[in-house]
Amino acid sequence: MEQPQLLLPEGDANYSAIADYKDHRGYEAAEATIGKTDPEEVVSVVKESGLRGRGGAGFGAGMKWSFLPKDGRRPRYIACNGDESEPGTFKDRQILERNPHKLIEGLLIAGWANTIDAAYIYLRGEYSGPYENLCRAIDEAYEAGYLGKKILGSDMDFDIYVHRGAGAYICGEETGLMESLEGRKGQPRKRPPFPAVSGLWKQPTLINNVETMAHVPVIVREGAKNFLSYGTEKSSGTTIFGISGDVMRPGAYELPFGMPLDEMINEVAGGVAPGRTIKAVIPGGTSMPVLTADQIKGLPMDHDSLQKAGSLLGTGAVIVMDDRQCMVRAALVIARFFRHESCGQCTQCREGTGWLYKLFSKIENGQGTLEDIDTVDEVANYMEGHTICGLADAASWGAGWFVRRFRDEFEAHVELKGCPFAETSFEV
Amino acid sequence: MALSDELKARIRAELPKYPEKRAVLLTALHFIQEECGGWLEADVIPEVAEILEIPPIDVKEVASFYAMFNESPIGKRHVRVCTGLSCCLRGARQLQDAFEDELNIRPGEVTEEGSFSIGSVECLGSCGSAPVVQINTRTYLENLSPADAPAILENLRREIAEDEAETA
Repeated sequence: MEQPQLLLPEGDANYSAIADYKDHRGYEAAEATIGKTDPEEVVSVVKESGLRGRGGAGFGAGMKWSFLPKDGRRPRYIACNGDESEPGTFKDRQILERNPHKLIEGLLIAGWANTIDAAYIYLRGEYSGPYENLCRAIDEAYEAGYLGKKILGSDMDFDIYVHRGAGAYICGEETGLMESLEGRKGQPRKRPPFPAVSGLWKQPTLINNVETMAHVPVIVREGAKNFLSYGTEKSSGTTIFGISGDVMRPGAYELPFGMPLDEMINEVAGGVAPGRTIKAVIPGGTSMPVLTADQIKGLPMDHDSLQKAGSLLGTGAVIVMDDRQCMVRAALVIARFFRHESCGQCTQCREGTGWLYKLFSKIENGQGTLEDIDTVDEVANYMEGHTICGLADAASWGAGWFVRRFRDEFEAHVELKGCPFAETSFEV
Repeated sequence: MALSDELKARIRAELPKYPEKRAVLLTALHFIQEECGGWLEADVIPEVAEILEIPPIDVKEVASFYAMFNESPIGKRHVRVCTGLSCCLRGARQLQDAFEDELNIRPGEVTEEGSFSIGSVECLGSCGSAPVVQINTRTYLENLSPADAPAILENLRREIAEDEAETA
């Protein structure tokens, strides 16, 4: 299947070495931009391209850039989010391992466009392979004069630093990330003030995901129109979908937005095993509401279509579960995750994630009642929309929607006083 | 234990990257774990606090907040099995059982001779190559099955023996 490759090298190729990246038009966009263009124009191109943030929320990148104040206050920072921890997500890792200069060039151009002094890439601590590859690429970029002082003969000074996290999902939340980068527990901050005005060390700060930044060089080089020619009207370009779970060819696939989800699973990832059928699909990481097999038929994978279908595109992390799998166990694994990752700051989240986990455990162990199933819904409702950050919402959606969309399976556990899928399902 | 001058210098070398010293805290704790047996002894806390000019309690709370920082001893090789949903769907539970049975320890325990400890870890971002295991903070071992556990442990035992022969 011929697919556009705006982010990743073709096939198994790896452009980590700067020479290979440059052989494939790497740093052309930076060379044509730094010191030669009006920064405002670069922001306009990104805005026109319709590039939406690839970290999960899908906010317009150009719009975000335009929020930075124009009052001349310095220094200004980029905090690039590479904390990739949403279960099912492994897309930024592909860029870091196979095309790290794409990210460096994207940060450099964003730095020029937004008058940034330094960028900090916050990388999840477990990514030691990607960390080494990225650091090596940054060293190469300094040697080649793309980073440091007076870049490409301009007046621009720009540094990139890699900051390693230490195993906390909440640091992928933008204000938790900043707390962590500053050397504290990753407990999210209240907004306002927004990071654009008061971010890292209270200075203006732009926060974008790794993949978002990695799209910038091609957008600037080929123009907004070219980017808009891929994907759908409101979800332009390509993205890296990660397909995992019960499929024959799990993996990371760069595709334009808009491909129907069932086609993506069946044609791209090889479908479920012979003789099996799809039962449930999480379309955007375990924070996003699960969909039934009926709901995914012909469902275009773009922001608007997913929202209309009652879920969200999130990080494009598609997790497929076939007819052998127990939905209570799936909800239990997701609730366990959120219980572990709640930062503990807000009561609804700290207590609610524990309640969900305990209720699902009770139901799975055959000790649940019909009232417990209703309590799940009640707890999920208490959690949503009442906390400083979105983790409680995510736990509420990710786990709570299993009950709403597969209620019959939860009731079957109560009736049978045990798991009806004990013989076939995955274990927890 | 006191931090070596070398380690202190390595931490101080990170300071110019940030406008505030405190920002080096996570990096400092990573460095110490790497060089001091994979965990943080209580008496390194005030030493780090002194270098970064912050209260010791701030170091302590960061050390206890993040999952990668160990406040009690771990084995020379710490095996962490990913228990994210994608790994679970592809047999993570059976994989963890295989390691636990092979080593005869449970999460939180260390084998008698101090070689191994085991734990689970939330989604490692290796969902397309599940299930996955991380040994200490190294590159992942991916696409595993329970049958792989004995050979993985055998390799690690050989490594430990070589390390010990080198120090001896």
